[in-house]
Amino acid sequence: MVQYVKPSFDVAFGALSDPTRRGVLEQLGRADASITELAERFHMTLTGMKKHVGVLEQAGLVKTEKVGRVRTCKLGPRRLDDEMQWIDRYREMWTARFDEMDKVIEVLKAKEKGDE
Amino acid sequence: MNDVSRVTTTERVSDCELMVMRRFKAPARIVFQAWTRPELMMRWWAPESFGITFISCEMDVRTGGNYRFVFGHPASDQPVAFFGRYVEVVANARLVWTNEEAENGAVTTVMFAEKDGQTEVVLREVYPSKEALDAAIESGSISGYDAQFAHLDDLLVTLAQSAEK
Repeated sequence: MVQYVKPSFDVAFGALSDPTRRGVLEQLGRADASITELAERFHMTLTGMKKHVGVLEQAGLVKTEKVGRVRTCKLGPRRLDDEMQWIDRYREMWTARFDEMDKVIEVLKAKEKGDE
Repeated sequence: MNDVSRVTTTERVSDCELMVMRRFKAPARIVFQAWTRPELMMRWWAPESFGITFISCEMDVRTGGNYRFVFGHPASDQPVAFFGRYVEVVANARLVWTNEEAENGAVTTVMFAEKDGQTEVVLREVYPSKEALDAAIESGSISGYDAQFAHLDDLLVTLAQSAEK
């Protein structure tokens, strides 16, 4: 079995609890952006966006780099892989169960029809 | 065939809670039966792909009643039991049970909502704390099942390797 490295899920999930921050991650998944660009895109003050980026940075989801006067944001080293993998496997488990359950239900339906 | 109605969705909806959704092409009374009759439960709860055998299934499906599922693994003499208590049972509508085989287990709620002859099943697993769900995820185990048996698989690999030496 794969043993996951112990990441701090608390911080990551806290960081992801906010729709703007999730939007920022999606955006950075497409292209790097400066804080100014992100602030504009999400209709937000520079200070507000800095705060969001700070939270994401702390969670390792985003990293920033200052080049000259511009701070560029990009996706961080820590991805959501662990969480996503787990949720995927959780879904697989339920999918496997429910596919079997469909068969049970078909039998019950046929039986009910026969009894009528 | 890509049948949209038979798609299972899963999501961590909050710090302490997981949600699973699936639609079934049958009225709620039928779907509910599949969750409440042991002989039916045994046919789907542990599909073949899990690699485990459903040894016994006791379910006293009424508020306050207990359940106990026992599973075997080809590699083990020791069966593994999953057990708990039904906290709430509303026929064809709602089931709530505890999961007591592990510390800080979740409380599972299953809701059955019938519409146009189809039934939407929404299952929620609420852990006692964020830490409990985080720990469940970090352990890498899914509802305890694969972990308990994966340990066995690991053990077997180790044993096989040491036997080869």
